[in-house]
Amino acid sequence: MVGVRVSNKEEFPVMEKGGYSDSQLVSHFKGLLVAVTTGDRENYDELVGYLHPKKNLSPDEVAVLVTTLKALSGAVSFIDSFHHESLLFAVSRMSLWNYGTEVMDALLELIVSLAASNGKYIDWCLEMLVKHFVPPFYIFDSLKQENGIDRKNKVLSRVHAALKDIADLVPLAPLRLSPIVVQNMPSVFSNEPETVMYVENMLKLESGAVGETVGSTMLPALVDRLLELDVEIGWDGILQEDTRGIFDMELEDICKFTDEDENFDSMSEMLNRKNLQGNLVVQKLDSLIVLAFLHLESCQSSGRLAEVFDILLPSFQRTVLNAYNSKFTQFVMFYACALDPEGCGVKYAMVLADVFSCDVNPPITRMSAVAYLASYLSRAKFLSAAMVTTIIQSLVDWCYAYCKLRDFDMNPRAHQVFYSGCQAIMYILCFRLRSLMDIPRLKLQLLNMPMEAIWKHKLSPLKVCLPTVVVEFLRQAKAAQLFMASDSFVFNDVLESDLSKAYGGMDRLDMFFPFDPCLLKKSESYIRPHFVRWSKVRTTYDDDIDEVSDNDSEVSDDDFVGRNTEEIIDDDDMVVTVEDLDFNPDLNKMSITPKSSLKYGMRMPARIRPSTSPESL
Amino acid sequence: MEGLKVSKANLTVYIHPSKSNQVSQAVLRELSSLLFTFSEIVDGVVLAYDVNSLDTCAKILPGVHPYFGVKLKVNFLLFSPKPNTLLEGKVVKLTQESIHVVVLGFSAAVIAEKDIREEFVWKMKKGQEVYASRSNKRHVIKVGTMIRFSVKSFDEEILHVYGSLIPEHTGSIYWLDKNLEVVSHADRSEKKKRIQPERIVLEQDVVDGELSTLDIAQKKTSAKRQKHSEDS
Repeated sequence: MVGVRVSNKEEFPVMEKGGYSDSQLVSHFKGLLVAVTTGDRENYDELVGYLHPKKNLSPDEVAVLVTTLKALSGAVSFIDSFHHESLLFAVSRMSLWNYGTEVMDALLELIVSLAASNGKYIDWCLEMLVKHFVPPFYIFDSLKQENGIDRKNKVLSRVHAALKDIADLVPLAPLRLSPIVVQNMPSVFSNEPETVMYVENMLKLESGAVGETVGSTMLPALVDRLLELDVEIGWDGILQEDTRGIFDMELEDICKFTDEDENFDSMSEMLNRKNLQGNLVVQKLDSLIVLAFLHLESCQSSGRLAEVFDILLPSFQRTVLNAYNSKFTQFVMFYACALDPEGCGVKYAMVLADVFSCDVNPPITRMSAVAYLASYLSRAKFLSAAMVTTIIQSLVDWCYAYCKLRDFDMNPRAHQVFYSGCQAIMYILCFRLRSLMDIPRLKLQLLNMPMEAIWKHKLSPLKVCLPTVVVEFLRQAKAAQLFMASDSFVFNDVLESDLSKAYGGMDRLDMFFPFDPCLLKKSESYIRPHFVRWSKVRTTYDDDIDEVSDNDSEVSDDDFVGRNTEEIIDDDDMVVTVEDLDFNPDLNKMSITPKSSLKYGMRMPARIRPSTSPESL
Repeated sequence: MEGLKVSKANLTVYIHPSKSNQVSQAVLRELSSLLFTFSEIVDGVVLAYDVNSLDTCAKILPGVHPYFGVKLKVNFLLFSPKPNTLLEGKVVKLTQESIHVVVLGFSAAVIAEKDIREEFVWKMKKGQEVYASRSNKRHVIKVGTMIRFSVKSFDEEILHVYGSLIPEHTGSIYWLDKNLEVVSHADRSEKKKRIQPERIVLEQDVVDGELSTLDIAQKKTSAKRQKHSEDS
């Protein structure tokens, strides 16, 4: 010990010249660390001084730093969290983003050695690495430049490699990593680039070497964060404004302006008009959803989509399904289904149908599930007609069994689940009836369903469900001769009735159509090819065959097997002129948009507003 | 390898009333939450469980949430390294300062330089770091070697083992076994008599241990250990 102390005085200068061998240095550091426990801190303090972050290091200083870190990683087993607190603190303040690759490697070597040497440091090391997912705020701007991207890759690839190294040495480390990653997630209020970058890293972890262990936490955590952002965006404030804001505005309508730039300008103009907070949240949510979409795509190409979907689905059931006011998060599920219609797409519908029909679930969950189901089946272009019919059959069977057992009069509140089921059937048929009737086998199946008995039952679903949906459904049913309606319903073109309000409850589940057109600009472009818009739906009474759409219709290749090409719902031919829509003013019936927005000509708002219109509050 | 045991436990699992329609699933979920964590009740890390019998009657706890206690008998496979037990694992990293080992694929173990006996010296061999024995040229530890080491201490929270290569009968398993075989052929019959079956008894809730295949494996290990200690 004495010998070490004597030689200490000239230690660093000699080291710089390379006068000591690595092992000599390591043993020197060991002595130096041990000396602290006996009260000799002088050399130790000098060592800590070398580690304190400094700006603009000279090459010599860099060399000293690298050597110090390397020697320290050799002596990790002598580091004691109690005696060497200041050393650990100095290391924790070092940021990879501030150094060149040499220092980066040396620092990571130290962190990995530390994690493997003692169980006590594992959390500390993992946290240290996770902190590097996002650079310090002052570096953010420079990252956009070319060398910034290079630096980002250098740091992040090293951080992920280090996490893998730790996982190799300490196999249970990934289990401890998941909660750390989730806890360190930037808050809802942090800025967009920071959140996006962090989420990128989370997804990288998910698809990386430790993904098997941490994957089950990363995606649900992301979905939860999306939901948090989602509910931050209220419809309320936006709808109170007279003018059409971003949420009021149909993206479909925007696309009518063929000039992209013009679009963008009008959009950003709108954005500026909105309160700042709301917009930032919207943009951030949009970017994150796009990240999630891209991740799903990469999962699909690597054949992991089914696996990932099995993680997403329970997370959806746990949070999104029951969330009041979720507007966009559900599109992650939609997109996953679109990528794999036969697997995920069918599974999703089946699970929702199960949630609805399983009577242990609380009514609100069941109603929400059936609302999702109805909206999903109506909007998903990729689902086969046979599949849709199967689900309709199961819904009809359930409703029929329900009324057969009950001989009660109409009571919206008491039978809310039943009414939501009925409305779902009608809603799906509004979108799908025409296409189903065109396939003889399915037509037969539809005609054989005991639907009429349900509509004519004493519970009178037709009076309770949303008038808009009922009217449109009856109209189409009549045209298709699905059954003969004996009563005539006069609703005077109202959007909702007191009865529908009553069954929808506080959450207005009667007006909840989760997969109405996505209003997020970037995400929408991913969803568009897989999405059915009301304006493109061909109804049963729509006999005047639209020559325009017939001539240039692109055949959607993924659905409605066995149908004539002419009859396929028009594909993503988004540039529709206003006149096209004017052909059919009745389309307004499928829109539950507040009157104020109808004053913009006869343009059909393809959107049926979710349960959050101002009246509901 | 030592440190593994099978024990029978009589447990009462308390289940939330909302799970009353899927009791067995809820029980399995509760049991799964014990996996890969150190449980003081069974005094070990639960690696696997096997439910033997499930009592059909459950006791309902009075209270706001009427949890109900389901009684069951479970066989646990436990990992409970105690100081001086012998563990086996694969070397994943070797430096002059330490040897890093993974035991059973999940538990990390580290053997610091000071816990490696003098017999072993650190060397660079063909660009690879190794610890080689001075006395036996063929006794080499490098990355990928399966080694047997004794436990110094065990961090129950992180499941981190601090090991030691100080005892004579530790080192590369390949080498140890090969050198033990030579001796064991000589006087096997004599040795056989001396081996006492180790019966494992768990404390607390756990009732007496069963002699299982694992115990038998353990017997063999201890037999080898005995043999080896005689040799050396």
